[in-house]
Amino acid sequence: MIKSELVQRIAERNPHLYQRDVENVVNAILDEIAGAMARGDRVELRGFGAFSVKRRNARVGRNPRTGTHVEVQEKSVPFFKTGKELRERLNEGS
Amino acid sequence: MRQNLTRADLTETIYPIVKTSRRDCAAIVDAVIAEIVETIAVGEEVKLSGFGSFVVRKKAERMGRNPKSGEPARITPRRIVVFRASRLLKARVSKAVPS
Repeated sequence: MIKSELVQRIAERNPHLYQRDVENVVNAILDEIAGAMARGDRVELRGFGAFSVKRRNARVGRNPRTGTHVEVQEKSVPFFKTGKELRERLNEGS
Repeated sequence: MRQNLTRADLTETIYPIVKTSRRDCAAIVDAVIAEIVETIAVGEEVKLSGFGSFVVRKKAERMGRNPKSGEPARITPRRIVVFRASRLLKARVSKAVPS
């Protein structure tokens, strides 16, 4: 499912909403989550999961094509931890 | 400084867009999240351009260890959600300092 399909499905289930509004809502939600992570904040959505930011130390990497060493600077990366409810739903009966 | 964003914040985010009651806005936020969750729950991939994608992967059974007692333990086969951030999201987050 891609974003446009997500918008379409939500609009179908909610006939009182304009599809264009749903599109703006989906974009605003994703942008707000990304913005929170860009500030280093956590985003916790019950039933879904939690988005957070993890620090990665500087390291010496290697260009896989040429084999030369390159310094990789310290950076932060986005991280998602699946919520309990979703994790359990994916593993029902096992 | 805020450190944890929740559904309540997202409700405020969309309030100016849909111009309806906060209760309706909260329901819309829930609907968006539920649609994503339901799709992942049936094993379908969710790709949100500019944000990232959620994929369900199967993990085989393996032997692990009970970290407390040190005893070997069987880890059952399971399905996990893998989130892969888009290039854009990685770029936005790279300079962030975790709070």
